[in-house]
Amino acid sequence: MVGFNLTKEQLLQQQLFRDFAEKEIKPIASQMDEEEKFSMELLDKLKRYGMMGIPYDKKYGGAGSDVLTYALCIEELSKIDGSTGVTVSVHTSLCCACINDFANEEQKEKYLRPLVDGRKVGCFGLTEPGAGTDASGQQSFARLVDDHYILNGQKVFTTNSGFADVFVIFALTDRSKGTRGISAFIIERDTPGLVVSKDIPRMGIRAASNAEVSLVDVKVPKANLIGSEGMGFKIAMTALAGGRIGIGAQAVGIAQGAINEAVKYVKERKQFGRRISQFQNTQFKLAELQTKVDAARIMVWRAAVAKDNHENYAPLAAMCKYFASEVANDVTRVCVQLLGGYGYSREYPLERMHRDAKITEIYEGTSEAMKMIISGAMKIN
Amino acid sequence: MKIVVCAKQVPDTTEVRLDPKTNTLIREGVPSIINPDDKAGIEAALQLKETVPGCMVTVVCMGPPQADVALREALAMGCDDAILITDRAFGGSDTWATSSIIASALKKMDFDLIITGRQAIDGDTAQVGPQIAEHLGIPQVSYAEKIELEDDKLVVWRQFEDRCHIVEVAMPCLVTALAELAEPRFMSVGGIVDAYNTKEVKIWSYEDVKDTLDAANMGLKGSPTKVIKSFTKEAKGAGTLLKDLTDDEAVAAIMTKLQEKHII
Amino acid sequence: MSKDIYVFAEQRDGKLSKVSLELLGKARELADNLGQEVGAILLGLGIKEKAKTLIEHGADKVIVVDDPMLSEYMTEPFTKAVHAILTDKQPEIVLYGATSIGRDLAPRVSARLHTGLTADCTKLEIDDDSKLLLMTRPAFGGNIMATIVCQDFRPQMATVRPGVMTALERDSSRNGSVEEADVEFDASDMNIKIREILKSTKKAVDITEARYIVSGGRGVGVSGKFNLLRDLADALGGEVAASRACVDSGWMDKGCQVGQTGKTVRPELYMACGISGAIQHVAGMEEAELIIAINKNEAAPIFSIADLGVVGDLNNIIPKLTEAINKSKDQ
Repeated sequence: MVGFNLTKEQLLQQQLFRDFAEKEIKPIASQMDEEEKFSMELLDKLKRYGMMGIPYDKKYGGAGSDVLTYALCIEELSKIDGSTGVTVSVHTSLCCACINDFANEEQKEKYLRPLVDGRKVGCFGLTEPGAGTDASGQQSFARLVDDHYILNGQKVFTTNSGFADVFVIFALTDRSKGTRGISAFIIERDTPGLVVSKDIPRMGIRAASNAEVSLVDVKVPKANLIGSEGMGFKIAMTALAGGRIGIGAQAVGIAQGAINEAVKYVKERKQFGRRISQFQNTQFKLAELQTKVDAARIMVWRAAVAKDNHENYAPLAAMCKYFASEVANDVTRVCVQLLGGYGYSREYPLERMHRDAKITEIYEGTSEAMKMIISGAMKIN
Repeated sequence: MKIVVCAKQVPDTTEVRLDPKTNTLIREGVPSIINPDDKAGIEAALQLKETVPGCMVTVVCMGPPQADVALREALAMGCDDAILITDRAFGGSDTWATSSIIASALKKMDFDLIITGRQAIDGDTAQVGPQIAEHLGIPQVSYAEKIELEDDKLVVWRQFEDRCHIVEVAMPCLVTALAELAEPRFMSVGGIVDAYNTKEVKIWSYEDVKDTLDAANMGLKGSPTKVIKSFTKEAKGAGTLLKDLTDDEAVAAIMTKLQEKHII
Repeated sequence: MSKDIYVFAEQRDGKLSKVSLELLGKARELADNLGQEVGAILLGLGIKEKAKTLIEHGADKVIVVDDPMLSEYMTEPFTKAVHAILTDKQPEIVLYGATSIGRDLAPRVSARLHTGLTADCTKLEIDDDSKLLLMTRPAFGGNIMATIVCQDFRPQMATVRPGVMTALERDSSRNGSVEEADVEFDASDMNIKIREILKSTKKAVDITEARYIVSGGRGVGVSGKFNLLRDLADALGGEVAASRACVDSGWMDKGCQVGQTGKTVRPELYMACGISGAIQHVAGMEEAELIIAINKNEAAPIFSIADLGVVGDLNNIIPKLTEAINKSKDQ
C-alpha cells in the first residue's frame, strides 16, 4: 500500500480477480449453492491462474505476491460467491501457511510446491466434535511407533476436505502436556484409514466442501511431522491469525456484493410512482451500509499490510474479522429488506449472501474468541 | 519464431452512456481495456508460443502514456516483450498516419508473423491492419477465425459472410484476428507480478523511429482524412404507444419502423 | 484533374452483391450533383456479361478485368487490378461495400495510393461550397457520429455497409460503355494459396450473438404458438428467445431465456411479444437498440421501455407481420 492507495500492480491484480469472478463464478454461483457442490472446473481455473498460492514465494512455485493482494482476491471472489472465497482462503491461509512457516525444506518441496503452484488443494483439520473454540480440548491422538505415527481421531467442519489432496491434521502426541502436547502432521488423501464423510448440511457457504474427517489407525511417516512434537498449537494459532485476514476479506466481499446488488435493484424498482432509489430511506440506509463496509475494508487492509511488514498483526487481524463479520451480517440483512419479497426469493442472490454471511462470525475463531484475543492484546486482565 | 501482436487500448464502448440532459457522452468511469479483437490476437500468439520451442511474442501498442497498463496486461498474460510507441507528435493520426507509424516501428524488428485485431471498438474502421501490411509489403489475411502453423507456412481460416477460405501463406505475413480466433486467457497472479517486476515496457518516441518514418506521415498534419464534425445521435426519445389499431394497421406501423431502421 | 465517381462492384460466384447496386444508386446521385459520370469496376473470371446489369442500375461506364487470377477474392491480385484502374482513370471518388471483401481490399488500395479512406459510412453528400465528399459514420461503438473529409488526396474513398444506400430501379433502356482494362499479373501476385473453400454451415444458436430477437412471454399462451415467433424470426434472419415463465413451463429451452436468471442480450432489434415487462425480464434486454412490444394489456410495464408499442393480439399480428416481411424480401 502507498498511502491509502493500491499500487498499479495491486490494481491490475484486483482487475484480474474482478473480471474472473464476473465471468467464471457469477454464472454458476447460484447453481453451486443449490446443488451444494463446488465446481471442479472452477477449482481448476482458480489453480491455473495462480489464485491458490498468491502470497507464497516464487522459489516454491507461488505467485510471489503479497498478503494485501491475497486479501483483494478473497474480497473480489466473495463479492460474487462466499463459498469460493472460503475455499481459496482456507487452502491459502490455513493449510499452506502451516507448511510455509514451519515445515523443513524437504517438506516444502514435497508438499508446499504442489499446493501453491496450482496442482493440489489443501485443508486444515483442527476442530473436533469436542474441541471448537477450546482448541486445546483435542482428543485425536498420534502414537509414535518406530519411524511413523499412528493417528486416531475425528475432525469436523473441515473445509475443502471433500476434495483436498493434502491434509494438515492436529493431534496430541503427549496427553500430559496440555496444549504443549499437540503436534501437526501432513497427511495425503489416499492414506489408508483417512476417511472423509459427505459434506455436512449447512445454512450457508453450501457450495464449499465441509465434512468430517475420520482417522482410523492412519500411518503417517515421521518425516511428515511439522516442526517438532508439541509445536502443533503454536502452528495452528499462527495459521489462524493469518486466516482471519482472509475471513475479514471474505466478509467485506459478501457485504459489498450485497450492496452492489441492492443498488442495482433500487435504481430499477418502482413503487408509489417512482424508483425506490429516490426515497431518502433507501439512500440513507445504503449510505450507512457503505460507510461500515469501507471501514471494515480498511481494517482488513491494515492487518494485511502489517503481516506483509512482519509487524504484530494478530490483534489487528482479530479486530478486522470481528468487525467485518458483524458488518456483513448487518449489511446483508438490510439489503434483503431493501429488496422486499424479491430479497427473500432465491431468484436474486441476496438471500444466499445473507445465509453465507453468518458463518464469518463463527469459524476460524468466533467473535467471542476474537474479543478474547483483542482484550488480551489490550492487557486488561 | 517471432510473433508481433499490435494491440490498442480502447475505452470499453459497451459501457459508454449518453447523458440525457446534455446529450454528450459520459466518458468518465468508463474502463479502458485491450481491444477485444487484439486480445484474441494476443491469445492466438500465446497458443502458438506454447507449441513452438523458442517462440517469442512481442506486443506493440501506439497510444498515450496510460496505455502502459494495457501492455502490462499483455505481459501478464504471457507476452515476452512490450513496446509502447508514444509521442505528442503522433496525436490526431488517422488510419494512414497510424499505420505508417506502427509500420515504421515494425521495420526495426524481426518478425515472422504480425497479428492485429480486425477492428477497434472505438474507431471501428478495420483499416490499420491491412494498411500496415501494405507499408511493409507483406501479404495479409484478414478476418482470421482460426490459424495453424504447418512447418514454415501459416494456414488461416479466412471468414467471409457466406463462406470460409482455408488459405496457406508464407511468412512473413500479417493476419487480422476476429474475436472468435481465440478465447483470451486471464492474466495470472504470478504473471502480473512478473509484468511489474521482471519484465519491462519499452517506450519508443519519434526519435526512436525517425529513420524509418517520414515525418510528413504522422499526426494530424500527416492524415489524409480529417474529422470536421462529431455529434451524438439523436437521444432515444420516449416511445410511441399505438392503441385501437386494426391488425393490418399495426403490421403497417411495425413495418415502417423496421424499414426506417434498415432492418428490412 | 480527378473526375467521376467509381464503384467497386463486388461479386461472388458470378453474382453481383446487392451492395454494389446500392452504391451505384448513391454514386449516381453524387455524380449528378458534381456533373460527372459513374464508373463501375468489375473484376472476376467470366463476368463480362454482368456489366450490363451495372449499366442498367446507373453506371455510365464499366471497367472490366476478366482473368483467372480473379476467380476467387484474394487481396493482392484484386488490389493490383483496382490500383491499376484508379491510377489510369484518376477518379474523384471511389465507393466500396463495407463487406468482408471491401474491408480487406479498400484499406490496402488506399495505402498503395496514399489516399484517405473512411469506413462504414451511413451518409454521403457533397458539400455545397467546397464540393468535397462529406462522409458521415458512426464511431465509439456507435455512440457518436463523425463527419469526415479527405481534402488534399485523391481519390476520396469510402466504404458503405450493405442495406444503407438504395439501388436505383433497373432501367433496361440505359446505355453505357464497357472497357476491358489490361492488368499485368504475374505468378508472385498469388502470394496466398486457397486450399479449400467451405460454404457456410449453420452454427449453434446463441441468443447473445443474435442481431434480431423475437421474444415471447406468457401471452404467447400454449406452446404451439411459439412457432409463430419462429416464423417471424426466420423472416427477419434472427433468433427466438423467451421469458422465464415460458422456460419454466417447458415451452422453450433454458438457453433462450432472457432476464435476471437468464441471459442478457443487446440486439439491434428486440420484439417483446406477450411479455409484461417485469424488471426481472427487462434487466436482460433493456439495452437493445430498438424495442418493439406487442401486448393485449395497454398498462403492461413493457410499454414504458419500448420504442414502439402496439396494443393488440399477437396471434393475429405476428403471422401478418411475417407475411409482410417475406413479401418485401421477394420484391
